[in-house]
Amino acid sequence: MKFIDELEKYSELDYEAYFRKITDDDIINVLNKPSINRLDYLTLLSPLAENHLEAIAKRANQDTIRNFGRVMQLFTPMYIANYCINQCVYCGFNHENKLKRVKLSMEEIKAEGKLIAETGLKHVLILTGESQEHSSPDYILQAVENLKGFFTSISIEIYSLEEAEYKHAVEAGVDGMTMFQEVYDADIYKELHLAGPKSNYAFRLDAPERACRSGMRTVNIGALLGLNDWRKEAFLTGVHADYLQRKYSDVEIAVSTPRMRPSVGGFPPRVLVKDINIVQYITAYRIFMPRSGITLSSRESAKLRNHLAHLGVTKMSAGVTTAVGGHSKGEEVSQFDISDSRSVREMSAMLYGEGYQPIYKDWQALV
Amino acid sequence: MNDRLKIGNQELTSRLFLGTGKFSSNKIMPAAIAAAKAQVITVALRRADQAYPEENILNFIPEDCILMPNTSGARNGEEAVRIARMSRAMGCGDWIKIEVISDNRYLLPDNQETIKATQILAAEGFVVLPYMSPDLMSAKRLVEAGAAAVMPLGAPIGSNRGLQTKEIIRILIEEIELPIIVDAGIGKPSEAVEAMEMGAAAVLVNTAVATANDPVAMAGAFDLAVRAGRQAYLAGLGRVIQSNASASSPLTGFLHE
Repeated sequence: MKFIDELEKYSELDYEAYFRKITDDDIINVLNKPSINRLDYLTLLSPLAENHLEAIAKRANQDTIRNFGRVMQLFTPMYIANYCINQCVYCGFNHENKLKRVKLSMEEIKAEGKLIAETGLKHVLILTGESQEHSSPDYILQAVENLKGFFTSISIEIYSLEEAEYKHAVEAGVDGMTMFQEVYDADIYKELHLAGPKSNYAFRLDAPERACRSGMRTVNIGALLGLNDWRKEAFLTGVHADYLQRKYSDVEIAVSTPRMRPSVGGFPPRVLVKDINIVQYITAYRIFMPRSGITLSSRESAKLRNHLAHLGVTKMSAGVTTAVGGHSKGEEVSQFDISDSRSVREMSAMLYGEGYQPIYKDWQALV
Repeated sequence: MNDRLKIGNQELTSRLFLGTGKFSSNKIMPAAIAAAKAQVITVALRRADQAYPEENILNFIPEDCILMPNTSGARNGEEAVRIARMSRAMGCGDWIKIEVISDNRYLLPDNQETIKATQILAAEGFVVLPYMSPDLMSAKRLVEAGAAAVMPLGAPIGSNRGLQTKEIIRILIEEIELPIIVDAGIGKPSEAVEAMEMGAAAVLVNTAVATANDPVAMAGAFDLAVRAGRQAYLAGLGRVIQSNASASSPLTGFLHE
């Protein structure tokens, strides 16, 4: 069975009807359970649960501290190429967008890695657009080889690979994989992904599972908030994470909660997702999956990130640029505009101030 | 009182082992370790960062403590062995806490893989302290494999649920000749007392201290608890007379007729 079959079970779910039936008592009952199931999670995502947000947040805060401690893992993304043959209407790297396409040479990748490593970070996330011509798996794994000396944990956020390709990546020293489904609603997915391999919904949906089977240590999934009703997308992301964690218990399943940001293409969000919604999503997910990582990017503002540090997030980016070679060559054209440009030092100072220890290194590649 | 705990070739006066993973700052650790009077400190090798002395967790552990690196992150015995060897190569000594977890939902250890790793590492001269799901036969195999102590969990890591596995731990204490160290689950000093009263050789605590509002004060509280529990165990708990006890002897009285 694949996740697409699991997802099918929820295709007839009438979210509005479910939400209408929820009472305050239901929410309190869910909050009093030691562990909650998928529909309990949906209860915590309901509009009514917004009225109980402080209680939900309190539990999320406690669950996170018990399971992860008063610590926050830091990492930074590293964009090495922005060539892309896909046409994702919301993305700055969309094939149709007229922007300067670049890819880093191996020398440039080393220079970029060295600069990042000087900040103390030991975890890096490599990103590319989708292009077999300019950023083939071989090119990416060559980059990994050149970065190994600087980092103890290397993850990839690239296009969907076949299982054998993920296995090669693991053998080459990649231990984490991030793959956003973007939107779980298949019809909306079709509308937004006009061309290119990424327009294959099912192949992308199955990618995290292929990565789990390949021996990846961490697999990070997510829906891009702003493309569909966030409550449904948050629910299905949780179901996806739960499905993967049950099936591949040796893999650490994590989620991200990326919210749409302005980008070159100028595509506006279809749905407005407010701060309160992000808080409800993160805290509800924490209670549902108490040991699962939650990653927060610099798409969110410094102020909101400071608060979210207490509410369930376990991993934050720091010293971020979303431009290719942004660390060594300065900002050029980025995938999206970031909201929090704080350096690694500034993020660390903030975390210590909030009572959290920044963690620079939480894995040691097994050589 | 000359009550020492012998593990490997070390004689310990403290029976409170401390974990380091969850503190809000490494800077709190020396004071917490001092307040706990702990001698054995466990550190996840995955966190050790020799390239960054300012943030390197190893630099916050007093030199007179025994470092017990752990193999957190190992998904099987082979990975645990590799982490242990790396630890030794980094100069972290010969003590190793084996932690093999392939279950990220509850963080329960994999006993079978733990036994494999114990066997390999004990043969290589490591002082092996395996973390395990309490189970008698697995504990016996760990003894055969060369473990220096056996560390059953009281409840899942970070759950603070106390001694949920009490009955099996009691059996391990009775049946296993190695020190039994209760690792994980202990959320309150009273639970540490309970484990020590039963005859546990030591307890390992992390979450309960590191995430307390005042970790240093809580470390002190655990020190008192562990010492009280140990002293009670050595003193021998008095029998608890049941309320329905009767002076006559209906079953054996005939012997005196």
